[in-house]
Amino acid sequence: MHLHKYEKIWLTFGIVCLVAFLSIVGVNAFAQDHTPAGGMHTIDPEKVRETAPFNEPGVKQLDDDTYQATIIASAFAYDGGQTLQVPAGKEIIFKLTSTDVVHSFTIDNTNVNMMVVPGQVTTKSYTFKEPGKYLIICNEYCGTGHHYMYTEIEVTE
Amino acid sequence: MLAAADRKLALWNIGVAYTAFLIGTLAGLLQVFIRNDRLELPAWLDYYQILTAHGVLLALIFTTFFIFAFFISGMSKSLGTFGPKVLLWNWIGFVVMLTGTVLATVMIVIGEASVLYTFYAPLMASPWYYVGLALFVVGSWIMGFALVGHYMKWKKANRGELSPLFAFMTVTTIVLWVIACLGVVATVLFQYIPWAFGWVDTINVELSRTLFWYFGHPLVYFWLLPAYMAWYTVVPKILGVPVFSDSLARLAFVLFILFSIPVGFHHQLMEPGISDFWKFLQVVLTFMVIIPSLMTAFSMFANFERAGRKNGGKGLFGWFTKLPWKDLRFTSIFIAMAFFIPGGAGGIINASFQLNEIVHNTLWIVGHFHITVGTPVAMTFMGLTYWLIPYLTGRKFSNTMKKLGFIQIGLWSVGMLLMSTAQHILGLLGAPRRTAYSGYNGHESALEWFDGILTNHVTMAVGGSILFLSAMLLLYIVIMSAFVSPKAVEPDEFVEFPLAESDKRATPKFLENWWLWIGMAFLLIIIAYAIPIAQMIQHAPPGSRGFITW
Ligand code: HEM
Ligand SMILES: [Cu+2]
Ligand SMILES: [Cu+2]
Repeated sequence: MHLHKYEKIWLTFGIVCLVAFLSIVGVNAFAQDHTPAGGMHTIDPEKVRETAPFNEPGVKQLDDDTYQATIIASAFAYDGGQTLQVPAGKEIIFKLTSTDVVHSFTIDNTNVNMMVVPGQVTTKSYTFKEPGKYLIICNEYCGTGHHYMYTEIEVTE
Repeated sequence: MLAAADRKLALWNIGVAYTAFLIGTLAGLLQVFIRNDRLELPAWLDYYQILTAHGVLLALIFTTFFIFAFFISGMSKSLGTFGPKVLLWNWIGFVVMLTGTVLATVMIVIGEASVLYTFYAPLMASPWYYVGLALFVVGSWIMGFALVGHYMKWKKANRGELSPLFAFMTVTTIVLWVIACLGVVATVLFQYIPWAFGWVDTINVELSRTLFWYFGHPLVYFWLLPAYMAWYTVVPKILGVPVFSDSLARLAFVLFILFSIPVGFHHQLMEPGISDFWKFLQVVLTFMVIIPSLMTAFSMFANFERAGRKNGGKGLFGWFTKLPWKDLRFTSIFIAMAFFIPGGAGGIINASFQLNEIVHNTLWIVGHFHITVGTPVAMTFMGLTYWLIPYLTGRKFSNTMKKLGFIQIGLWSVGMLLMSTAQHILGLLGAPRRTAYSGYNGHESALEWFDGILTNHVTMAVGGSILFLSAMLLLYIVIMSAFVSPKAVEPDEFVEFPLAESDKRATPKFLENWWLWIGMAFLLIIIAYAIPIAQMIQHAPPGSRGFITW
């Protein structure tokens, strides 16, 4: 098989770029801990409200610098206890599951974009820099009311 | 001209493809107006029902039937007329596929299947929707195997010889399709159908998603490879040059079998149940597909340069102006390729693991696949349609038709540029995909999605309307070429099937060793999937019952 000289240059250039891209993505993900939403915990989708931590949805302080926000998604609303309120500058660990179909929990203008799958617990940690009211939407189709599935989170100083 | 029986078979496939195209693009038009709150549907029709129809009819039905029409014509041309067995099995496959299509479409229309074309459990459609999809896939397998049978007969008659490039690429695409479909067939047959009929109570949701995306990504290569076939084998002929390199063309194709399947997790990067290690491994494999893509890009530009220079183009870029821009068959496909440059770059962004957080399930993704499947693939198919239908019907393709064709691709390009640019930017601003109009209670970051200049749903609607106009113009050309245009009489009135010469003297034989490539494909699939799927089954949570939330 014969490769044209320019094709060799072109493919070498391409492959070098590819390796560079993947290294950047890999280092950023695993060395700097910027991994997307995920988690390996499972849960009985019929017993969500009886299973910790979802028996007490809401925001809880874990220690000085970390909070956990436990939220249940169902068609077509989120249950995060009373009001969702968290401080800026602290690590917030979001934990979600669904009692019915697949939803998402997506906070606009942030990297929080979590798929919420029945039977699984999705986790994502995020630190808000700016205080304010952030819009939360479901961006995974979940039924007729899908476009009405949204809420807000208030980030305080 | 091909044998009448082969032409009839191809024409029926084209007929179904364009019927689906008609309904699908009409749905697209409705969508853009619903999303910017200019249109309210009557109570018996739902946005998500329309969107399901749009996805199924355009992404699955239009593409697959058109692809088979192209395969049938090209296989008959390059390997010879179909024997009675090949014909019979092709018709059986066609009828099974059509039955499945009609069944699934009816379920969507009567509102029993508003689950979108991805049908994520535990949304539960009528079981007949899943049966329809299963029949569709099985029908495509039957047709695929019939074409492989035709190829094997040729191989037997021409022992030790490499097959013609078109036939090789057809078989590659069918191999890819059959391996890819194993995932969707497994989940539909063993998970969805028993569950939707009520034979079992629950479904393993994460497993069903994984099996779906095992299929869902190679699905996009099943659309793309036939377009690449046109780029590799048809375009050089139009340009008047031979295929740039037969061996590299074949190598690129078999690399697609290897690297387009073990990568489905890149659609599941934001979800639980798959550990970061496996997600990242599949991200790495996803990127491998860039190599055959770069090879393809090189071959294309090499063809352009050689053709341009042959026509007297001078200097570093002078050849560019000497390309046959007045030839509709060329210009349409050239534009299709041009759209694929940002399309492919967007794909690299989407697959970049944590970067996917910014775009996952936003309108960016919708913008992305309209400049990959919606234009590079679809417009290549349009570029083929202009000559394929007259070629099959023996009718003329008049100068008026050519002019209309130029207007048609011009409109599609402008419409798509507007619609997809708006969608890309809206997506970056966070606007969700698969979502009917919602003001989100007047929240300011949602208002931002409606009042930018390029970045609003109005631009999307303007683009969508232009696209629809283009689609109707195309259907006019299709109907004229199929039924109305005068029959060709003089030899120079006949439309040809442009198929370039490919010099295969230097092509190594191992490229056509299918068991080698199939074996390697399965090895990669096992590496990428065996452990995470085993974990999903072993550590499965209690399953989900079905929900009908529409
Ligand atoms: C008249 C031309 C077209 C228009 C106006 C149009 C418009 C749209 C819009 C607005 C959406 C997004 C809806 C949403 O997410 O809420 C969409 C989705 C989609 N389009 Fe198109 N489109 C057109 C042609 C095509 C073509 C030719 C193809 C493929 C061959 C295609 C494939 C798809 C697919 C697969 C989806 C995703 C469906 C889903 O999310 O389930 N479209 N289209
Ligand atoms: Cu939703
Ligand atoms: Cu993909």
